[in-house]
Amino acid sequence: MLVYLIRRLVNVVAMLLVVSAVTFGIFFMVPKITGSDPALLYVGKIADKAAIEGIRHKMGLDKSIIEQYLLFLKGIFAGRDYSTGVDVTHCSAPCLGYSFKTERAVWPVLLDRLGVTTSLAFGAAVLWLVFGTATGVVSALRRRTLLDRFTMTTALAGVSLPIYFTGMLASAIFVYQLGWFPHDYVAFTDDPVAWFQNLLLPWITLAFLYAATYARLTRATLLDVLGEDYIRTARAKGLGERTVIGKHAMRSTLTPILTVFGMDLGGLIGGAVLTETTFNFRGLGYEAVAAISASDLPVIMGVTLFAGFFIILANLLVDLLYAVVDPRVRLT
Amino acid sequence: MTTPIDTTGSAGPAETGPAPAAAPVKKIEGRSPGRIAWDRLKRDKVALAGGVVVMLLILAALFAPVLTSLFGHPVDEPHPDQINPELGLPKGAFGGISGDFLLGVDPTFGRDVFSRILYGAQISLLVAFLAAGVSVVIGVLMGVAAGYFGGWIDSAISRVMDVLLAFPQLLFSIALVSVMPNDLLGLSGSGVRMAILILVIGFFGWPYIGRIVRGQALSLREREFVDAARSLGAGPVHILLRELLPNLVAPILVYTTLIIPTNILSEAALSFLGAGVKPPTPSWGQMLSQATKIYQVDPTYMVVPGLAIFITVLAFNLFGDGLRDALDPKGN
Repeated sequence: MLVYLIRRLVNVVAMLLVVSAVTFGIFFMVPKITGSDPALLYVGKIADKAAIEGIRHKMGLDKSIIEQYLLFLKGIFAGRDYSTGVDVTHCSAPCLGYSFKTERAVWPVLLDRLGVTTSLAFGAAVLWLVFGTATGVVSALRRRTLLDRFTMTTALAGVSLPIYFTGMLASAIFVYQLGWFPHDYVAFTDDPVAWFQNLLLPWITLAFLYAATYARLTRATLLDVLGEDYIRTARAKGLGERTVIGKHAMRSTLTPILTVFGMDLGGLIGGAVLTETTFNFRGLGYEAVAAISASDLPVIMGVTLFAGFFIILANLLVDLLYAVVDPRVRLT
Repeated sequence: MTTPIDTTGSAGPAETGPAPAAAPVKKIEGRSPGRIAWDRLKRDKVALAGGVVVMLLILAALFAPVLTSLFGHPVDEPHPDQINPELGLPKGAFGGISGDFLLGVDPTFGRDVFSRILYGAQISLLVAFLAAGVSVVIGVLMGVAAGYFGGWIDSAISRVMDVLLAFPQLLFSIALVSVMPNDLLGLSGSGVRMAILILVIGFFGWPYIGRIVRGQALSLREREFVDAARSLGAGPVHILLRELLPNLVAPILVYTTLIIPTNILSEAALSFLGAGVKPPTPSWGQMLSQATKIYQVDPTYMVVPGLAIFITVLAFNLFGDGLRDALDPKGN
């Protein structure tokens, strides 16, 4: 178990290194190909040569790409100093550099945005996990009935709807026509009730999309599992249907659902780009889109790494949970 | 982004050669696996309906110039007389829908939405199909190689797939598309953007196909007919192309039809976020993005492209689902 954990952690670090190296490589190479100068982005277009050279030196942009990458890594673990020779700016431990545009350090900005995104992701995740799997189970147990057909058709429709369309549609009806929900983000610490009210519509919209996938997945997996021999054995030894389904069948049904859940949740925390854009929430995804349209490389880099980190972390947690849920899985 | 992970069917290997009688029918007559699948598909009315809609959409996209000249107006032709100059919105109710403008006009310019939807379908379908092609080619090559050769080739390819799946794809795609130069490889304008979209979407899609193909190849390689071929002196190329690949056709076909709707959603999402083809070339996602500014007053311009995406994606999903059930050797 411990060996497994250590091996996985090493794996996580290795994956992050690869993701960061690739991201770094692409976004710091592209300006070279297209002939734009990152130093110019820091100081603005109207700057004299000396100022540009100064910033280039300060940000380390005059070094080779490998040196720059190593400095970037050092910044994350140990912090780094930006020095012009005269004055020194210290960027403390998890240092992801400074935004080209606002000149603010990237890390605090990302932390600041994380609250919005996690609120959005977790609330929606609870909703879709509960409703999605429940619908899937009911559908599988009442296979080929009208209810099954109805829920599965709805689920297929749900899978086929883009979130920004359902989001706008929901806003158009419930916010602008009926005036039921406000939706401007209010921090949980400021006002929990308003936080809940304002997030409800985005949660439902987001959860609907995902619940559809989960309902389909749950139904299909449960139907597969119900055909297995051990279920027949369980029934043959006289166990009640409730125990057979709840204790025996659900355990192995949950494994694939967990896999997908880990990937989805990780991806969502990494930036619910579309949802945030649709509902105008200033989370990580919103920040990323803004950074991209402003060619703000350090912020893009930061968000990509952040997002990759959450995806990988979620996958690790899921693999650990497997052992708890599915008795057939042994961690070695 | 929803991922095309769907363990529903787990379409097992379709047998070549003497097919084991799938379902004993009245006539004792050999039926090829393809024939069995076609018979099943013919009975699945929902899947057929999906298929018909898909065909109609493809035809509509192909004959967009003809259809617009018959029922619409040239795509980029502005109709300022249809626009209220103060608000910048269509004069008529419901987005200016009339006998002359079947789906209304777009805000500000007053261009015919019907024509723009049709030309948008061209972009959407072309990007989705070609990107699916890219994913399938890379995915099948990598998957077969990983599954058949095993060993370090398998670990290397599997690691690459893991890393790619850990990438925040949507963020990365937007960033990549927006830093790419405007003319590349002798293409310019919309051509470049489309080529980049196809490559980016296709590249991030291949691990999904790769994983499935790898799993299938892994189990097929242990089968007797592969041993038989090997003992007859067949080389790896022969075994891969003539023995394994024909057995992989069914899952590849199914996942190709299921990856196309995902690609349509990805293209729309990228266009929605401003990383799609550049205006004035019309695309559905871009129309929805314009609609975000006005849907509170005039929802029609949001509903039309939204429904276009929905119907297209749903049709592909219905057809893909049906195809999977039809090709599933376990089904009946």
